[in-house]
Amino acid sequence: MLKEGFEGNRIPSGCAVSGIFSKSGERIPGDKIIKSIAIMHERSNGLGGGFAGYGIYPEYKDIYAFHIFYNNSRAKSESESCLEENFEIASMSVMPTRPIPEITDSPIIWRYFVNPKKRSLEESQLDELEFVARFVTKVNSNIDGAYIFSSGKNMGVFKAVGYPEDVGVFYKLEEYAGYSWTAHGRYPTNTPGWWGGAHPFALLDYTIVHNGEISSYDANRRHIEMFGYKCNLLTDTEVITYIIDYLVRRVGLTLQETANVIAAPFWSTISRCSEEEKNRLTYLRNVFAGLLINGPFSIILGFNGGMMALNDRLKLRSMVVAEKGDMGYVASEESAIRIIEPDLDRIWAPEGGEPVIFTLNGGEQKCR
Amino acid sequence: MNNAVQVMGERYVGCGADAGEIIIEGIPGNDLGAYLDGADITVFGNAQDATGNTMNNGSITIHGSTGDTVGYSMRGGAIYVRDNAGYRAGIHMKASIGKVPALVIGGQCGSFLGEYQAGGYIIVLGLNCDGIPVGNFCGTGMHGGKIFLRTERLPDDLPPQVVAQKAVDYAELDEIMPYIDSYCAKFGVDKAKVMSKPFYILTPNSKNPYKQLYCYN
Repeated sequence: MLKEGFEGNRIPSGCAVSGIFSKSGERIPGDKIIKSIAIMHERSNGLGGGFAGYGIYPEYKDIYAFHIFYNNSRAKSESESCLEENFEIASMSVMPTRPIPEITDSPIIWRYFVNPKKRSLEESQLDELEFVARFVTKVNSNIDGAYIFSSGKNMGVFKAVGYPEDVGVFYKLEEYAGYSWTAHGRYPTNTPGWWGGAHPFALLDYTIVHNGEISSYDANRRHIEMFGYKCNLLTDTEVITYIIDYLVRRVGLTLQETANVIAAPFWSTISRCSEEEKNRLTYLRNVFAGLLINGPFSIILGFNGGMMALNDRLKLRSMVVAEKGDMGYVASEESAIRIIEPDLDRIWAPEGGEPVIFTLNGGEQKCR
Repeated sequence: MNNAVQVMGERYVGCGADAGEIIIEGIPGNDLGAYLDGADITVFGNAQDATGNTMNNGSITIHGSTGDTVGYSMRGGAIYVRDNAGYRAGIHMKASIGKVPALVIGGQCGSFLGEYQAGGYIIVLGLNCDGIPVGNFCGTGMHGGKIFLRTERLPDDLPPQVVAQKAVDYAELDEIMPYIDSYCAKFGVDKAKVMSKPFYILTPNSKNPYKQLYCYN
């Protein structure tokens, strides 16, 4: 087991999340989200930081961007031959990074812009997204020392062991711009701080940043692994990403319904709802009982065209949401929003289990 | 304010301060006035989580709203929030001989108000809302102290260990009147408006406080 903190020390803190969303599609430079997450420095302990940006690869917007960590060159060549077998590679290069003393022990990080080979896709008899998702799962579980940590179109995850503001500098985030950003500062609770364990966790274009601790992790893991997912990144947040992918992409639930599954209201609360609402919520709780997420969490889900903020039903973690014109903001602390936008139209704390959804250009509140 | 200190997210502002006045503008970080021991803190802005955590004496006045767990385990002094408070306001509040803390919330607050309250006064005025000014599970685990809700109607889900009674005359509110007066003076609110709605007083059912709390034995 890896040491939890530097030299085995435990450094108590609490995770931080932040998100910025431009509903009109204005491209926000990456340094803005760094400024937001940086003010919550004390919530992290230097064992993980990361970002997800959407709309950042307009020149490759219809091609999957794979960001991959490799422990060694063997993992790289093994993964690349697997990749070449199944995908047309439009472009590949080492991930642009800036060496800084705050970020050390970097794995080999590469970026690939790829599309499934027509023949491989046809032979698989899968739809394209399922084909890509299965490929990611296969590499992450079968190739020792290789982790595809970002796999969506026109979006990307950037993460490392370190404080988030340093991670942002390391990945040169100021050179990217997108309509949506999420960020995370990590304080690992029960599992080691390592590069693959930093947030966001991603599958296709779904990304999750999470502050909290899932007490239902193993029940959720057992349930979701029945559908082909493999939880192998040593932390609870990973399972949330797969649950979202399963409920939204594969089952086809709306985001509101998804929130009602993972942060379901108590039976006592449901009993006081209208008959129609009672039936709806009861149905969701019964059918997807194994995907109820218990324990404290505040999460920000990023996806192509939108963002959703959600607290656990007991609201055991902090989260505030704000709006200013076309901009939406979410953060663990109000200061993380005010530091980038002092003059807000509205700021509020959503209730536990109440999702807040921002979408691009008034898009549907349902991904895809 | 000339003498106000500008803040943005700094934690533990005024932690343990035992005298004097601290005036701040902006958004103080978590644990504002933690262990406060006599100083008076005034915030022109919103506060974050755990305001007045375990405070012992003094006062915190917020010209705005505050986050979750305001007055967490406080055992003395007073907190005045002009607008709203988040979840678990007054959780674990307690009192002892000669020390009775008070938490006054002018607007509404989230669920679990006064969770495990053991003493002191929690007063929710609901001045900015027509409905019930508290969320779900109000007073869960309460076993001491009093909650005063200014509302026409009680929440539907009060736990069995809480007894609620409508205050029939002002005399029943005598013990909290100094706090209501202070609230009105601090924020320029008309007291007649505050007193224009009924108050309900929530107290623990002391006969068997743990019966039907989280287990049904």
